Amino acid sequence: MIEVDGINSYYGKAHILNDLSFSIGAGEVVSMLGRNGAGKTTTLKSIMQLIRPQSGTVSFQGREITRLAPHQVAKLGLGYVPEERRIFTDLTLMENLEVGRQPFREGAPEWTVDILFDIFPNLKERRHNRGKALSGGEQQMLTIARTLMGNPICLLLDEPSEGIAPVIVEQMVDTILNIKKQGVTVLLSEQNLHFARLVADRAIIIESGEKRFEGSFAELESQPEVMEAYLSV
Amino acid sequence: MSLLFAQLLTGLADAATLFLVASGLSLIFGVTRIVNFSHGSFYMLGAFIGYSLMQVLPGMFGFWASVLLAGVAVGLIGVIVEICVLRPIYRAPELFQLVATFGVILIIQDVALFTWGADDLLGPRAPGLTGIVRIMGEPVPKYDLALIAITPLVLFSLWYMITKTRVGILVRAATQDREMVGALGVNQAWLFTGVFFLGAMLAGLGGAIQLPKGGADLLMDFNILAAIFVVVVIGGMGSLPGAYAAAVLISVLNVYGVTYIPQSTLVLMFVVMAVVLMIKPFGLFGREEVAGEHGQVGEPERPIKPAGPRGRLMVAGLIFLLALIPLSGSNFAQILTTDIITFALFAASLHFILGLGGLVSFGHAAYFGGGAYVAALLVTHLGANMEIAFVLAPFGAALGAVMIGWLCMRRTGVYFAMLTLAFAQLIWSLVYQWDEFTGGDDGLVDIWPAAWLNGTSVYYYFTMLFGIGGILALRHVAHSPFGYALRASRDSTRQAEATGIHTKRVQWAAFSFAGAMAGLAGALFVFSKGSVFPTELEIAKSFDGLIVVFLGGVKTLSGGVVGAASLELVKDVLTRFEYWRLSLGVLIIVVVILAPNGIVGTLHKLGERLGMTGKTEDR
Repeated sequence: MIEVDGINSYYGKAHILNDLSFSIGAGEVVSMLGRNGAGKTTTLKSIMQLIRPQSGTVSFQGREITRLAPHQVAKLGLGYVPEERRIFTDLTLMENLEVGRQPFREGAPEWTVDILFDIFPNLKERRHNRGKALSGGEQQMLTIARTLMGNPICLLLDEPSEGIAPVIVEQMVDTILNIKKQGVTVLLSEQNLHFARLVADRAIIIESGEKRFEGSFAELESQPEVMEAYLSV
Repeated sequence: MSLLFAQLLTGLADAATLFLVASGLSLIFGVTRIVNFSHGSFYMLGAFIGYSLMQVLPGMFGFWASVLLAGVAVGLIGVIVEICVLRPIYRAPELFQLVATFGVILIIQDVALFTWGADDLLGPRAPGLTGIVRIMGEPVPKYDLALIAITPLVLFSLWYMITKTRVGILVRAATQDREMVGALGVNQAWLFTGVFFLGAMLAGLGGAIQLPKGGADLLMDFNILAAIFVVVVIGGMGSLPGAYAAAVLISVLNVYGVTYIPQSTLVLMFVVMAVVLMIKPFGLFGREEVAGEHGQVGEPERPIKPAGPRGRLMVAGLIFLLALIPLSGSNFAQILTTDIITFALFAASLHFILGLGGLVSFGHAAYFGGGAYVAALLVTHLGANMEIAFVLAPFGAALGAVMIGWLCMRRTGVYFAMLTLAFAQLIWSLVYQWDEFTGGDDGLVDIWPAAWLNGTSVYYYFTMLFGIGGILALRHVAHSPFGYALRASRDSTRQAEATGIHTKRVQWAAFSFAGAMAGLAGALFVFSKGSVFPTELEIAKSFDGLIVVFLGGVKTLSGGVVGAASLELVKDVLTRFEYWRLSLGVLIIVVVILAPNGIVGTLHKLGERLGMTGKTEDR
């Protein structure tokens, strides 16, 4: 589904990703783990082409997307949910969903406003509220719902559990499992190992922009030195 | 009573044009974050194109078709401008785009001059709407009634489009966070182009629709600019109902003003603006603009450093060379260099508040021209000595800057910029309209230096002393604790406040100091020319300063000075050609696209790449 092959990405002069390679299969939920500043967000942005890798390639469904603009990547069926939520605070909840809307896409589940309101019942009550009036948890739900309105084949989720209340975190786990059940491939970044284990099939550990581990959670737990070295556990 | 009502109708009709043009400006700013200076030029083109079309298309149908076609044509011109000029520089520092749109103004001025000639064109009357209607016994032109009816329709259509349609939702979303809109699969490049089309079309419609009430001439572009800025500031940036309300307010008051206080016409709208801002700091329908909320924060500023020994040596060498110029005996070289030094001081003072203070003033000419006028008025009316007039001029300019600064400091960012422009226009209109005191359009003449300074070479050295002295003073202050406080206020208002800096007061003081230095430049100017005209207070003069600072490089200390020298030299060459504005406009745009760091900044980077100079920062 996604092939990342030897990408190098920079922020200005700072070298963030260093020859990073991995691949995600169709229908998988994979979690990138690593500390703050390890390069998780940059990886997702580099896939989305919000940051252009200076070398290396990213392919999606066998097609190279490294030179495309972000909106072209999105049109191919990659959905991006940013870390800082970035909802449109001056727009109502319904308008936020409208911005994310894209036509139905072959090979992906179709999401409608009604289906999304079933998954996120809180959002339904607040559909005419402006984005800025929503709580942090509601905003987090809205960013995911907004991206799902684009009927993505694959979802890139940046730190979905960050900065929301524990109750909402449980809801988030259900949501991601639900999305997986619909057949959407998910690549998420996480700092929270417990959260990642609940939702993901596989883990990739990143440190200083390099891949340090790739495998199942069982394999990861059999290597406590890896967990200790790269995760804040 | 009936007369008052008839006047109200006239005001409402006048508001049509103002609303159309201002709403386009507001729309373009909302999405692209670009203050489109060439908006007045789009308006002018709308009038000229509409005029030409009306010559060809007959009858009532032809008239309205011409208006619409003129709008569409100008919209397409806007698209060309967006694609060719702005798209390559969306990633450049935000304010650089202003300079590019100024290049567009120059180009359109010459294109209009070439196509339609220099004569004012009298607008044709609208077929079918030529007569008058009597309302309560007062004659009201039928065309006015048509305008009064059309404007709310336009307002409603725009409002509907923005609030109710998908395109409108996308436009509003892009206003907040362009990158996110792109990541959600929307091609924001075309969204921008679309908005530019719409905004330019509105300006074009405004230009064409006012033809029966006015006409088309080459001064329309600058003439409407201050008015639409005022409308947008009063109404609140980005608010369509606000733009309408403000356009009506300004136009209606203007009609009453013309009747009851005819001397006030040009000044009135600025007074209204000042009053509105006192009561509602963000305009009638506006809300606060938060810097950086759109993910538009630029690169971090490079810290500036005092010149090293090599730099000092170079400056000393340059001053020495300048001192040698009179020995060449060339009057031309001395006069040109006097002009350059004067202009360089003006530019350096603007750079001081703009580069170091982060305060973008669109009206810096007010203090340059202000200084010149203070000196000239003292000489003309009080028979003051040249020396006294020369010394008092910077103080006069500073006093103006203190007062205007106090009002403008209430706002930040683009509102601050527009306020400074509006107040500069206020000063200009005062000078322009107050014939008996300022000489009006004829200016003030016979303002010569004292006998001991009378002579090209003597005055040249005098200019060197005060001009270069002023520039060095500005540099000195930049590296003083006050300069640190000023830069801290620019980079992070909150942190500066937290460390005990009263940021507003620091900026206000800097604004006043820059005003004084601009006034000094103005004083040098007036005694070197022997006369002063309102052109020294015009928007174009302020823009010259802005161009120079941006072309030289905002983020470098010497940017203003280098830019001033370059522009004066280029102008000296270009003005020998008939269509020099066109060439200058193209040159500006090319420089903006190819060298977005300005001349000095680009040289720095080149130097770094070639390993000639050390890195100016450690990352």
